[in-house]
Amino acid sequence: MSECSDCHGCGAASVVEFPSPLASPKIVALAGPPNSGKTTLFNRLTGLRQKVANFPGVTVEQHTGIAELPDGRAVGIIDLPGIYSLSPQSEDEQVAHDVLTGGRADTPQPEAILLVLDSTNLSRHLMLAAPILGLGVPTLIILNMADDLRNRGGHVDINQLSAQLGAPVALVSARQGEGLDEVFEFLASAMPAPAPKELPVLHDVPKCREWAGRVGSRASYRAPVPPKWTRRLDSVFLHPVAGPLVFAVVVVAVFQTIFTAAVPLMDGLRWLFEVSGKWVAATLPDSIFRSLLVEGVWSGVGSVVVFLPQVLFLFLFIGILEDSGYLARAALIADRTMARVGLQGKSFIPLLSAYACAVPAILSTRTIENKRDRFATILIAPFMTCSARLPVYTLIIAAFLPNRPVLGPFLGARAAALLGLYLLGFLAAVATARVLKSSILKSGHTPFLLEMPSYRWPTMRSIGLRLFDRAKVFLRRAGTVILLVTVVLWIMAHLPPVNGKAPAIADSLAGTVGRTLEPVIKPLGFNWKIGIGLVTSLAARETIIGTLGAIYGMDPASHQLGLQKALQHDLTPGGAVALLVFFAFAMQCISTIAVVRRETGGWKWPILQFTYMGVLAYGGAFLAAHLIR
Amino acid sequence: MQLSGNNVQAKTSFTTLVDLRRGDAATLDHIDLPGQDARRLMELGFLPGVRITAGYSAPGGDPRVFQVDGSEIALRRETARRLKVRLDQTRQAPGMP
Repeated sequence: MSECSDCHGCGAASVVEFPSPLASPKIVALAGPPNSGKTTLFNRLTGLRQKVANFPGVTVEQHTGIAELPDGRAVGIIDLPGIYSLSPQSEDEQVAHDVLTGGRADTPQPEAILLVLDSTNLSRHLMLAAPILGLGVPTLIILNMADDLRNRGGHVDINQLSAQLGAPVALVSARQGEGLDEVFEFLASAMPAPAPKELPVLHDVPKCREWAGRVGSRASYRAPVPPKWTRRLDSVFLHPVAGPLVFAVVVVAVFQTIFTAAVPLMDGLRWLFEVSGKWVAATLPDSIFRSLLVEGVWSGVGSVVVFLPQVLFLFLFIGILEDSGYLARAALIADRTMARVGLQGKSFIPLLSAYACAVPAILSTRTIENKRDRFATILIAPFMTCSARLPVYTLIIAAFLPNRPVLGPFLGARAAALLGLYLLGFLAAVATARVLKSSILKSGHTPFLLEMPSYRWPTMRSIGLRLFDRAKVFLRRAGTVILLVTVVLWIMAHLPPVNGKAPAIADSLAGTVGRTLEPVIKPLGFNWKIGIGLVTSLAARETIIGTLGAIYGMDPASHQLGLQKALQHDLTPGGAVALLVFFAFAMQCISTIAVVRRETGGWKWPILQFTYMGVLAYGGAFLAAHLIR
Repeated sequence: MQLSGNNVQAKTSFTTLVDLRRGDAATLDHIDLPGQDARRLMELGFLPGVRITAGYSAPGGDPRVFQVDGSEIALRRETARRLKVRLDQTRQAPGMP
């Protein structure tokens, strides 16, 4: 696969390279309204042979994959964003429209279209068939969720429907893998252009709906009875009292799992990296190369990869919530609270996820269709206290705050301080959201619409594929950006060599940077040692602990107390609070910056975010250093 | 049945979706929103003449789920207010379309 189509920063290269894996025999587009089960079908057709990227220049996701036909031929499949119509109102629809009409230079025009419609809601979904068939491109109409239609007493005569639409029709259940043969048959066939009996005036929605109803009734379409279980479950999940309770339980369960169940796995990974690092150190001869490998690459990449279990647990939960249909209900319940700060219900889960790590949180904002709400959520997510801040907070609090009881035996001073820092980050997020949503990301009057899908059992296949995809994105970050940064930092800590050996960290390039920074950070109560720590913590926040350990010449793991003593010596209490505040606000995380660039489609937002958070961190730390002495 | 006072009013004037309680059904008359926004709602099934039933809501009644044209769509109060409807004469049992 071409590496470049992932990053649309290198536009020219992706234009040239993108078609190569797909150019072979055929390119087919998968189109359909949201909630039609389009993604499930895409997963069925392509399996692991797929990738996610952004369409160059826009923030619309581009899913591409390869389906293998029974005769061994490969067909490239582009999964377009979910759309209600082809009249471009949103960026999603614009992209879908442009791809289908061949208007995008970066994407080849599809030779055929697979139009996925929900067979249980055919009269409305058929509306999209009108503009799609109007394109004159060979189209297979896929009536998805055939199992639901059957089980709930619905019916449709697909031969008659096919005659009306002048295009082949297939009844499919993507979830069960039913009817896929017909899709493959269509892909392998000659694919004639559609010849519908009649088409409505495309820009007239009522006319389109009338047409869809007429076509449906001519094909003896009988809508299925409403899903019994959805009603039953909603009577609990949306109950005025039980609903919020269930919501709270779900939230706590997600939170608990990413912080407890993931911890042994994270410890296991950390242990693996330590042991393998020691093994590498013992195996290789003593050299600059070994030092780079063990101290730079191993510990740097390791410190980020350790978060993988949390990321996976998070996406396991989000996958189950989204595929089962509960996520829409959770968004409904959370909407009013989120609306107070100008956001919406769908921002809730990503923000919650940000307590673990901002990177998966930002990736999970993809469930928010509204661009402005999505961007606002992305911009405030890094304020949430992620788990990388935790070791830093713990170290500094333990060094400066004796653990006396605050609220009897329930709350000690240290726990209270920690809670205070969580609150601080949360308040900064809320305040920022308010500012953003009343200024540059104001939503205007676009109505908030949330479609409630029927409840369905999530399938292992769909969730597994998603976990695989998110793990890939996460590890690719660790393997590229983080690797690069850690190597640069390592080099800075090892240059210039003294007598052919690495210098003491104070005399290294990193030390020089720290000293250069000193006048700037002095008003915050930080000296040059902290300055180096601030620089290295750009890779990942908790790196500052290892750096300070190196500066003070001790192993932080075995000399926790020693490090605390050293910090007490170098920082005033005001400086310590300033450091905590700085960590609460600053965007010291290359992975987050990289993922924001990827998700917002350019450097503008990450630069704005980094600057804003930096200014806030500096201002907050300055205040803290001067108010507390 | 609605309270008789409401019923009389329903025959004579429009009300909005906000005034529907769970289980109430009404017929959409028109959408009082700019073209693009009205169009999006229409694509989701909110077409003049369609029957809309109010369903469950978030705590506090906002947003509320509406059953329309085979789908369930949640709207905020501020949007629901813009959908002018005529109340149906008979009240449905709660939770039924």
